[in-house]
Amino acid sequence: MNSRRFFLKSSAVAMAGVGAAPLWLERALYAADAPSPRKKVLVALFQRGAMDGLNVVVPFGDPSYYSLRPTIAIPKPNGTADSAIDLDGFFGLHPSLAPMKPIWDAGKLAVVQAVGSPDTTRSHFDAQDYMESGTPGRKATSDGWLNRALPQEKGRISPVRAVSLGPALARTLRGKQDAVAVSNLGAFQVRDPGGAVGFESMYAGTMDKVLNGTGRETFEAVKTIKAIQKNAYVPANGARYPNGRLGPAMQQIARLIKADVGLEVAFADMGGWDTHVNEVGPRTTQGQLANLLNEFGGALGAFYQDMGDRMADITVVTMSEFGRTAKENGNRGTDHGHANAMFVFGGDVRGGKVYGDWPGLAKEQLYEGRDLDLTTDFRDVLGEAVAGQLGNKDLKKVFPGYDPKFRNLLLSA
Amino acid sequence: MRTQSLLALILSLSLVSPGFPAKTPKAPKAGTDLALFNKKLKKDEQIRFALERLTFGPRAGDYEIVRKVGLKKWIDLQLHPDSIKENPVLEAKLAPLDSLRMTQQEIAQTYPPPQLIAQVARGRAPLPEDPVTRAAVERLAKRYRAKNNIAASQSTREEDMVEPAVPLQDLLTPPQIRTLRSGKPDERRALLASIDKEKYDDLAIALPQGMRFQNMQYAPVEMRRMFLRATAPQQVLASDLNENKLFRAVYSNRQLDELMVDFWYNHFNVYLDKGADRLYVPSYERDAIRPYALANFKDLLKATAESPAMLFYLDNWQSVGPLPVNPRAAQRPNAPKRPVRGLNENYGRELLELHTLGVDGGYTQKDIIEVARCFTGWTIRDPRGGGGFWYNDRVHDKGEKVVLGVTIPAGGGKEDGEKVLDILLHHPSTAKFIATKLAVRFVADNPPPALVDRMAQTFADTSGDIRAVMQTMLDSKEFWSVGTQHAKIKTPYEMIASAIRAIGANIDFGTNLATQLANLGQPLYRKVEPTGYSALNAEWVNSSALLGRMNFALALTQNKIPGVRLDASATLPDSTNSTVIAKALLNRDVTPQTRSAIEKALEEQVKKNPKAQPSAAIIAGLVLGSPDFQRR
Repeated sequence: MNSRRFFLKSSAVAMAGVGAAPLWLERALYAADAPSPRKKVLVALFQRGAMDGLNVVVPFGDPSYYSLRPTIAIPKPNGTADSAIDLDGFFGLHPSLAPMKPIWDAGKLAVVQAVGSPDTTRSHFDAQDYMESGTPGRKATSDGWLNRALPQEKGRISPVRAVSLGPALARTLRGKQDAVAVSNLGAFQVRDPGGAVGFESMYAGTMDKVLNGTGRETFEAVKTIKAIQKNAYVPANGARYPNGRLGPAMQQIARLIKADVGLEVAFADMGGWDTHVNEVGPRTTQGQLANLLNEFGGALGAFYQDMGDRMADITVVTMSEFGRTAKENGNRGTDHGHANAMFVFGGDVRGGKVYGDWPGLAKEQLYEGRDLDLTTDFRDVLGEAVAGQLGNKDLKKVFPGYDPKFRNLLLSA
Repeated sequence: MRTQSLLALILSLSLVSPGFPAKTPKAPKAGTDLALFNKKLKKDEQIRFALERLTFGPRAGDYEIVRKVGLKKWIDLQLHPDSIKENPVLEAKLAPLDSLRMTQQEIAQTYPPPQLIAQVARGRAPLPEDPVTRAAVERLAKRYRAKNNIAASQSTREEDMVEPAVPLQDLLTPPQIRTLRSGKPDERRALLASIDKEKYDDLAIALPQGMRFQNMQYAPVEMRRMFLRATAPQQVLASDLNENKLFRAVYSNRQLDELMVDFWYNHFNVYLDKGADRLYVPSYERDAIRPYALANFKDLLKATAESPAMLFYLDNWQSVGPLPVNPRAAQRPNAPKRPVRGLNENYGRELLELHTLGVDGGYTQKDIIEVARCFTGWTIRDPRGGGGFWYNDRVHDKGEKVVLGVTIPAGGGKEDGEKVLDILLHHPSTAKFIATKLAVRFVADNPPPALVDRMAQTFADTSGDIRAVMQTMLDSKEFWSVGTQHAKIKTPYEMIASAIRAIGANIDFGTNLATQLANLGQPLYRKVEPTGYSALNAEWVNSSALLGRMNFALALTQNKIPGVRLDASATLPDSTNSTVIAKALLNRDVTPQTRSAIEKALEEQVKKNPKAQPSAAIIAGLVLGSPDFQRR
């Protein structure tokens, strides 16, 4: 509690004077119709294609790392722009993740290493499916863990409490509770104004209870979002979101949070992590992985900067379906592996620490002699975020058949 | 479940009587909802209901046709699709879609997969011979090389160098090029139609990609396919599948058969974008699903079990029994380490849970493993090259298995898997599971248990005769009841097809419609999970999907969907009377709430702009996006 209050205070100081006045004004305006201002928000991000956790959170203290990867290893921290950014003397961040270092330094970024799904499939399709449903090994689960994680709400429910960024409702957010898919806040409307009037009164008046309910929700969400659409969005504190998929998605999440329209959970994803070839270019800040991390780190860094003191209400958690082989392949890349790394950051996070037991990279320590072994189940991390951030302690329903073990990542869990 | 059935009751109550007073109906007593399935529909309502439930929605004039033929006779014809002459319009639209008629190997050669492009880029495979495919592969290989830092010199063999393409300036005059860049739709259409067929491939190669996309919707069908192939060969496969499914729903005379094909593909779902499945899905739907949609479940089960599409999708092709160790090979000091392979339970599990017994069908984890052991060796020969089913006895688990209490003796071969299929076909849980699923799709989310029991009994009595099961349903009093009428929310596929049928629009090409379907939450052939799409109403009711339906309806009636035309043949009445238009499109009276909302919208429009005439197109859009039209 103490440390959280401190975080709030110090961030407020840090952003004093930068666009603070228009913010509260905006908030008051949008909050007029909002169910309850300043909700706690859980943001879940999926890196599709299997991120190479060993080159992102680099175990430079493990001698095997350099013998396994003679051409694509990230050099030990040595102060140059091509070397790893030291975290704790053993692990370091890929240099392209420099925008995330301030979050670490503020003690609000935690890393979990050797984490992932206990299911050993190396199929992207199955592994993503298992991670999104939250039930590894079980294909028939029809809903996603983040939908099950939403607490039962009493009274008025915000039409935009659960938002999936992108054209379809992500598997992670599908299920019984209402969740909206928004690919672009600016386009979430009936395009014809005359048509909009007709449809709204039609769905409000219909005796069809199912369509009436969802219809009302829809037009409430449209109205809620319309209020946000009025003004162009200017990120605070000079934050600049990168182009691509994740940058704009994070910016829209930021916009929804600041508008106080009742957002509680958000989901976004970013593809392209399947780095079989040319993972690392002539320099470590070049090549496929560096390009991906520029967008990823840039988007998360910008979000952190943009949110300022609002970060106190937010927890962001990242995941990817499995890791990649410990040994590099013959194409300056890596193949499908097993355990991976996850990032958790936000005001409630006990950051500045790499969590998870390190299984080691020596031959006999590798899973099936080739991959980083798993020491933490991804549901332990997600479960703690659900309990801590959403206050939903009924984790047996969120992760059926599993009892998440907390790692003490969050202050409030 | 309880609240769902209550909801269904409230709904059906409110919908059967258009004049129902506008107040919230009182919650009915529990158990009374079944009574609605005893309440018979009136004769003229029966025809309307049959057209909504057993087709992709009525077209103008369909009601009269069924009345003339007689409802019973019409249903009998729909149950025997081979006896119905197919619509020549449909046949003409399907004729150019050549991948639908190809074998898997032909597809692999004509529409090469990304693996081939990678091989060409690395100089490990020659370029294809067909000039358009060749140009596309060469261009994609170039992009691949750039992305992966591969020097062109080390990869392109001398003999593979493509002849220089004909420059665009030699094919078209400067004014013609301008037309393709910024001309009006009619000008573009006329110009593209005037181009000689022999020049299609040169044009497809010469046009920059942006201009190809821009003009896709104005090009004659063969040219359009050439454009698509020149961009990315495998896109043609998805495009052909999508168009096939949309064209058939809208134009086929065998409407019930088409609904059944959709039902069974969804039941035995395969995800198009999982690796080699792109090559396999066209023949999967054509050869393993379509022929048996109204025939015997046994054939469906066998055809899907042996299909490379399913074997790849659920990984059975990689599933092997314990392999005998070759001691000499293992002793060699530098013996290459083979990837660890073993039993894969995916297919075994889904076969029991999703294809036959159902999740509560009475099997154990042990049964799953035993079934998976029976199917070891059911694999594919050369999956990347489009090879077919192959039973590989060498990797089959020869031990004894016990499946659901039945012993399958040691020493068997392919027949082990066949025995499993036979056990499942005759298991009472399968009859119950399939009957329930059909009833949920064709009757209501919570179908009357007595009806499901009778359908299951027919399934058991006939060893899985699907037509007989449907006949039992169609002969039931429950089917022709108030409880069934309007009980189902249309799937996006049904909604889009029914809107186009109602208004009589003409589909030239389906790319944009397929995109619309994806936006509404039902990308065709792209359901990732083996469960398929849920048949329950809740699957389709969410905010963005609902907004999507409204926007689709308005765009359709205002002629704003590329590839779909509302022309003289459209059935929009020459009227701006909302009641008249609604009746023409809905085939029944619109609810008073919807009608008054339409009128309110029109008044609003006039208030804003007194000169504006309420247009039939807007009214039609409001009708097709209304709650009334979302149900069937």
